[in-house]
Amino acid sequence: MSVKAYSLFRKDFHSELRTRYAVNSLVMFIIVAISVILFSIGTEKISQSLTAGLFWVVIFFSAMSGLARAFVSEEERGTTMTLHLIASPSTIYSGKLLFNLILVFMMNIVIALLYSAFFDAFIIKNFLLFVVTFILGNVGLAVSSTIIAAIIAKAGSKGTLYPVLSFPILLPLILLVVQLTLNSLDGTSFEQSVFELAMVVCYDVIMLAASYMLFDFVWKD
Amino acid sequence: MSNYSVEAISLIKVFGRRLIFNNINFTFESNGIFGIAGSNGSGKSTLVKIIAGIISPSSGKIIHKCGNEEILPEKLHNHIGFVSPYLVLYDEFTAWENLVYFSEIRGIQLNKDRVNYLLEKFLLINRKDDLVKTYSSGMKQRLKFIFALAHSPELLILDEPTSNLDSEGKEKVYTILKKEAETSIVIIASNEETDLEICALKLELEQYKKMSNSRIRGEIVK
Repeated sequence: MSVKAYSLFRKDFHSELRTRYAVNSLVMFIIVAISVILFSIGTEKISQSLTAGLFWVVIFFSAMSGLARAFVSEEERGTTMTLHLIASPSTIYSGKLLFNLILVFMMNIVIALLYSAFFDAFIIKNFLLFVVTFILGNVGLAVSSTIIAAIIAKAGSKGTLYPVLSFPILLPLILLVVQLTLNSLDGTSFEQSVFELAMVVCYDVIMLAASYMLFDFVWKD
Repeated sequence: MSNYSVEAISLIKVFGRRLIFNNINFTFESNGIFGIAGSNGSGKSTLVKIIAGIISPSSGKIIHKCGNEEILPEKLHNHIGFVSPYLVLYDEFTAWENLVYFSEIRGIQLNKDRVNYLLEKFLLINRKDDLVKTYSSGMKQRLKFIFALAHSPELLILDEPTSNLDSEGKEKVYTILKKEAETSIVIIASNEETDLEICALKLELEQYKKMSNSRIRGEIVK
């Protein structure tokens, strides 16, 4: 990523610190979602597979509430044209992607810590596998969410369109990372999970390449 | 004088089934002030957005050249300055922060002397560290000029440049534009008589409203 993209990231980060456009909604969503899950399961013990699924469900919907902001906030404030006038499409996509990557990692670290604290079944037996899954999953989530955010930013009903459009695109990733998270919880070895890991790497690379190729067309009317 | 040129070749823009303009051809070269005139809804803003590379034409193309070398679309932003009523700067930053971020994102060093000169010329030097959201609409309009001029562009595109400005502000803008036009191309899209009076050449958009099978030669009228 270029220095220009990093400057755009710094601008977005500084703007976020002043406006709290994405962080507030993300924090509220994470707290509410985890509280609802905790209240609904009560004292019941839930299985590891259900815990792994719920972990990524919270991550998916948190991403839906926060990651679209990268482009939607520019569109709503009317600053999209300003960006057009100062940077090339690839710089804009790279800057926004970097911002979403940082946001998604911070958000998911908080979710993982809360899960560790409140869910008995969330005990990681293969930590290396969990970390690799976590990193690859977050990269895929950020890459996909960023390009989808750019696509829906110009639409009228952004709020509903974002999860609807994201679901089919993110479904393969979510299914794979749920399986890998379950493997890391039940102690499956790294070697036995290589196929799923390779699939996630493929997903990330394909989405990244497709996003850079598509963004020029999405960005320009 | 610059060696910059912008050429429109058979530009057509259609929104849905509505023709905005048809078969526009022109070449603006080296320096001077060029006008785009037309009534409300005639497509002035659409044309300047196409020239700036913000939107694409339905047909035809715009060629920006620096000397004999064609400028790639992804590098165009460093050669143009743009002012329009629908351009919005970041309210949560100060004027200075906006200008610093813009130059960093452009990948160029902020020319502090030039920015300070422009801030002084547009009477914003004492408010440069205030958040843009505290500015009046006239001050925001003046800041847009600084945004457009800070990187010394070869092509300055102005859509309704004097909207929100009082008569003193308008005079200041005209003086600066005349000075800029000595070294760069200035394109003004407006229906204000006073804005168009300073233009050496004018493109009347009303002439390009009819769809025709025969090519209508784009005529620039004095």
